[in-house]
Amino acid sequence: MFAFFSRRLVQAVLVMLVISVIAFSIQDNLGDPLRELVGQSVSEAERQSLRNQMGLNDPFFVQYWRFFKKALLGDLGTSYFFKRPALDVILDKLPATLELVFGTTLIVILFSVPIGVFAAIYPKQWFLRLVMGMSIIGISIPVFLTAIMSIYIFSVELGWLPSFGRGETVELYGWTVGFLTRDGLMHLILPCTALSSIMLPLFIRLIRAEMMEVLESEYIRFAWAKGLTRRRIWFLHALKNTLLPVITVGGLQIGTLIAFTILTETVFQWPGMGFLFLEAVNRVDTPLIVAYLIVVGLIFVIANTIVDLIYGLVNPTVRLARSHPEGE
Amino acid sequence: MALLEVRNLDVTFASWGGNLVALRDVSFSLEPGERLGIVGESGAGKSVAAFAILNLISRPGYISGGEILFEGQDLTQLSPQEMRSIRGNRISMIFQDPMMTLNPVLTVGVQMTEVLHAHREISAEEARSRALQTLTRVHISSPEKRFDQYPHELSGGMRQRVVIATALLTESSLIIADEPTTALDVTIQAEIMDLLLELCELNNVGLILITHDLSVISQVSQHAIVMYAGRVVEAGPIWEIVNNAQHPYTQGLIGALPQQTTPGKRLNQIRGVMPSLSNIPEGCAFNPRCQLVMEVCRTSVPTYTNIGSTRVACHAAGSAQTGNPLSLEHNKT
Ligand SMILES: Nc1ncnc2c1ncn2[C@@H]1O[C@H](COP(=O)(O)OP(=O)(O)O)[C@@H](O)[C@H]1O
Ligand code: SF4
Ligand SMILES: [Mg+2]
Repeated sequence: MFAFFSRRLVQAVLVMLVISVIAFSIQDNLGDPLRELVGQSVSEAERQSLRNQMGLNDPFFVQYWRFFKKALLGDLGTSYFFKRPALDVILDKLPATLELVFGTTLIVILFSVPIGVFAAIYPKQWFLRLVMGMSIIGISIPVFLTAIMSIYIFSVELGWLPSFGRGETVELYGWTVGFLTRDGLMHLILPCTALSSIMLPLFIRLIRAEMMEVLESEYIRFAWAKGLTRRRIWFLHALKNTLLPVITVGGLQIGTLIAFTILTETVFQWPGMGFLFLEAVNRVDTPLIVAYLIVVGLIFVIANTIVDLIYGLVNPTVRLARSHPEGE
Repeated sequence: MALLEVRNLDVTFASWGGNLVALRDVSFSLEPGERLGIVGESGAGKSVAAFAILNLISRPGYISGGEILFEGQDLTQLSPQEMRSIRGNRISMIFQDPMMTLNPVLTVGVQMTEVLHAHREISAEEARSRALQTLTRVHISSPEKRFDQYPHELSGGMRQRVVIATALLTESSLIIADEPTTALDVTIQAEIMDLLLELCELNNVGLILITHDLSVISQVSQHAIVMYAGRVVEAGPIWEIVNNAQHPYTQGLIGALPQQTTPGKRLNQIRGVMPSLSNIPEGCAFNPRCQLVMEVCRTSVPTYTNIGSTRVACHAAGSAQTGNPLSLEHNKT
């Protein structure tokens, strides 16, 4: 367990290093920070001296090393627009985005597991076949379309659900959370549903396919031959094996999920990191962009490490990878 | 009363291009504590026959005719609930590949005790001690340690011992073993087979032993049936079948045994292959491979003839032509 964990930790650090290099080199390619700072009216000579002063003419690695040392201390520069530390600006918006991601994850898990499992057990049942058919359509409709359509139907036409912002939030251990108030919850429904519309069909289909394969396996046949109850065979013997590959895919999809928060937050005017990021891109607020990439990278690495740990707990062959089968 | 009596069993696989008949008119019976061998090349229908007894044929297969009387009760007529109370409780199975039989994510202990919990009211401690006891009976060292291990931590032979122990946990009166040693290392095959036989004998458990190796059956069972393309082509006491085979297919299997071959010569394999279900030849299914084939063999399915205490499905059965034509033919080369 310890070996597994430390190996994962080394990997995580390496991934973060790569992300930081990428994030940093993006800085150079995103317009001229001076123009943002001083405007058009400054003479070329003045610009050059300012560049030298800011170290913008130093070699790449010198600049990166400077950036890296500061980043380790949590200093990712100052946002040109907000005139505040970029990391602080980002972290202010973190709870909103995490709430969106968790809500979506919850929806995906709560729906995909039972639907996928039952669709595998009863492949001929009409309702489940309908759901499977709809999931194909679901996969092919872009998120922004789902989002706009759901806003049109549930906010504009029916007036049931709010379509923008977080609604009423409360303070909880320094975090602003929305899911504790009724209004906050109502505001979560549409964005979370829209965001889960890409993941849900994917996971339903994945779980169904895996479960069907597992149900055909010899060990499931043996479980039937032992006279176990259907419940035990389906929900213990088969489900546990089905979830192994699903957990792995789940880890990989976290990246996609975070990427799609940018879009979802924009459509729903959700005051999260993704929305902020898009604004930062428009304003060429480079420190903010870099800070966003680093924070998102960190979330991704942490989430994947957790997923790997869960996988290790479910799959005995990972946990005990170092012990070998013993002879007769 | 016979322990098991299978009468005129038909099994069909429903498929798009029409129904495929996997078993046709299969009959055999077994007395309590008796050992019966089922022999035949791969694809003969041995496994389908075995799974049909427990009504566990893989989809889209189903029993399309016949009766399976177990202790006088027709298993084909039971409700799913009643069938469940037979499986693993009165009739146990041992599968071919112990690597695939045990669930990779559950411990040995869980997979053993769950059988007890499925069939009787029993406390966790009692189930555990029963399982440990049975593990000792199949000669597994340090059973307490094995109990908490996962299948991948055990060798193939040890896994098959666990499967055998699982079959012995309840008081099954019949064990169906489908090629129980085929997937194992050759060095331990005999050991596992001996263990299985010894335990069945000790507990007076009936055993149906499925194998494609006639020599194994000749050493362990009392009666045998030979299957080809979903039919029983010869059935009788093992001594008769090995020493006085009537059916050309059985003779071919005997001729192909390594001990029948002169050292240095090629094995006398029967030429040709087992047909697939979708193109079983008309008449006698064996006719394209048979040395004694006659005109009638291509058009009409042979009925059973009793010769001594064996039952044979061959148009040439009982006539002077039978002998050991295949091995004679091949020995010339
Ligand atoms: N699920 C299935 N669907 C279609 N055909 C099958 C299925 N299972 C077995 N068969 C066919 O039934 C025949 C007998 O198979 P089997 O009983 O496994 O042979 P064996 O004697 O080697 O155990 C084979 O031709 C096989 O292809
Ligand atoms: S019936 Fe004819 S083809 Fe079939 S085994 Fe007998 S002799 Fe050969
Ligand atoms: Mg088989």
